[in-house]
Amino acid sequence: MSQALMSRAEMSQALVETRDLEVHFPVRRSLFGRPQAFVRAVDGVSIAIPAGEVLGLVGESGSGKSTLGRAVMALEQPTGGQVLFDGVDLSGLDQAALRPYRSRMQMVFQDPFSSLNPRMTVEESLAVPLRFTAPELDRPARRERVKAALERVGLSAAYLYRYPHEFSGGQRQRIGIARALIVEPEFIMADEPVSALDVSVQAQVLNLFARIQREMSLTLMFVTHDLAVVGHVAHRVAVMYLGRVVEVAPTRTLFLQPRHPYTEALLSAAPDPVPGRGTARIRLEGEMPSPLNPPSGCPFRTRCRYALPTCAEDRPELRPAGEKAHRVACIRDDLELVGTSPEEQEETS
Amino acid sequence: MTARRLTVTDLSVTFRTPDGQVPVVHGASFALDAGETLAVVGESGSGKSVTSLAVMRLLPAPPRAQISGKVTFHRQGRDLDLLELPERQMRRVRGDRIAMIFQEPLTSLNPVHRVGQQIMESIRCHRSVSSEDARRQAIEMLDRVGITEPEARLMAYPHELSGGMRQRVMIAIALALEPDILIADEPTTALDVTVQAQILDLLRDIQNENGMAILFITHNFGVVAEIADRAMVMYSGRVVEAGRAEEILTRPLMPYTAGLMRSVPRIEDAGRSEQDLGTIEGFVPDPARMPSGCAFHPRCRHFEGGLCDVEVPPLEDAVPGHSLRCLRWRSLEGARG
Repeated sequence: MSQALMSRAEMSQALVETRDLEVHFPVRRSLFGRPQAFVRAVDGVSIAIPAGEVLGLVGESGSGKSTLGRAVMALEQPTGGQVLFDGVDLSGLDQAALRPYRSRMQMVFQDPFSSLNPRMTVEESLAVPLRFTAPELDRPARRERVKAALERVGLSAAYLYRYPHEFSGGQRQRIGIARALIVEPEFIMADEPVSALDVSVQAQVLNLFARIQREMSLTLMFVTHDLAVVGHVAHRVAVMYLGRVVEVAPTRTLFLQPRHPYTEALLSAAPDPVPGRGTARIRLEGEMPSPLNPPSGCPFRTRCRYALPTCAEDRPELRPAGEKAHRVACIRDDLELVGTSPEEQEETS
Repeated sequence: MTARRLTVTDLSVTFRTPDGQVPVVHGASFALDAGETLAVVGESGSGKSVTSLAVMRLLPAPPRAQISGKVTFHRQGRDLDLLELPERQMRRVRGDRIAMIFQEPLTSLNPVHRVGQQIMESIRCHRSVSSEDARRQAIEMLDRVGITEPEARLMAYPHELSGGMRQRVMIAIALALEPDILIADEPTTALDVTVQAQILDLLRDIQNENGMAILFITHNFGVVAEIADRAMVMYSGRVVEAGRAEEILTRPLMPYTAGLMRSVPRIEDAGRSEQDLGTIEGFVPDPARMPSGCAFHPRCRHFEGGLCDVEVPPLEDAVPGHSLRCLRWRSLEGARG
């Protein structure tokens, strides 16, 4: 059965969509390299991102969020299910057939320094993709495009001839974003793009994402482990655990009325600069189980304070809960879970 | 009355670089009591880590790094001047009386030795105990830091453990000798939030039990709210604001601290992204090319020419126990933002 029960509207408008997507990595154990086990990095995910939406994808390390992001970008070969971009199944296409889609989808990485060639000036780095996507442009025309992309991210044209090492972390991330924007994509997958940045710089880059998303009506998938960040940028948030989406809802709903015990625990553990909030926290025991050998039934049940014996039986599928766009993969619909309280917000403002 | 553990007075650190002598910490002064957690908060380049390394004397020897000032470790009524101590004696203090944990336990643990061996080594380095006793202690410590099946885990290599487990092992090593002071340099930054919460709990529990003092270095105000009694904000090598953690978080007076607080996305505001986050424009100055006057003035929205760029503001008390460096804070109070 499909994990998702999507409304027809959501399906037809989706720019990016996965259907029962599985990415399992073989782990070589035998002497002759025969895969003997599989890491179930992404284990049956169906999610649709309508055009113009910012979908936040949160999870801890090992949840499969980055692999899902890469699979959406056709950088990982799915072992099952489909990845659709604008209605076309990318998983069946070879590299040549993928090429037209590559320029419509771009990626922004966590560490912009390692994703920029240290021997190329900013102009050279940014101009490379244009040679493929816009071969008709001559050199001066390419330079104009590079300048425009830099200005869009708040860097002056004076930086054209500089090398990556001459920039601070925040500036490098702006360059990384400019490079993604230069081919005028419809979709950007950003994988932890602000995790390596200082707090004040992180705020600048988040504001920049918000601005370009609005200005260019981009569709954005924002992968992060940081709930506060995702709460700020995303329209809708999907929470991943052990290769599965366990809950997805509009951002405000997810934070105020979480329906999955894991989301509740994540929200509770998130450090927030409000003194005295640490007292009533939900503590999760242990760590995420290995994706090599996930628990039967619900992947979260081994750490769940609300688990019942039946949770070990069937793997819960995402089902609608509460608001129409709210879906949760938990068999317990009798729980009163605690989200963030909006009162605190009123007090501090 | 709580006992003073550490007094740092006018600590300065200068590095020799190809650009000449570059001061990275300027006259930092602070004190740490038993049972207390002091958070040192700052962005990269603030000098927060260098300050802690200077206290531990883990910086390169002169002339590459010059340390001045005074670091006094108070122990059983005696005062040890750590910067003057002969290296042999310092080695006895380090790891035994003052222990340290770092952000990435994988780089602090030896990959080719079993974790049990590494815990036992640190115990036997400082105490003359039999290997049997050291082993027993190691098992006890692993159990104490919440590692299940501690006996079996003794035989594990670091790569066989998860990030959270490795940090627990580091804490076990650091705390095996019941140090008076623990210096924790971003110990939870590389960990997932649920694991971070566990580690912060663990440190707090151990502190409640044995009364150790913690110097906690972090860039994360959320973590400050979780663990710190007092907080000290550093910018460009200077302490710019210090006080009770709660007060710093709810009523920051220095424009830099206030700006940082505004730039942190709040969980309570999730889903209200229509507003931009507050930002501090520009970036931390190069320590080799420090601006005149207040180091923050080129980025400060309350900058006043002829005042802020003339001399370095002194650290003054706004209220007892809450100090800051800003010449304009009085006129900004109330109109903060």
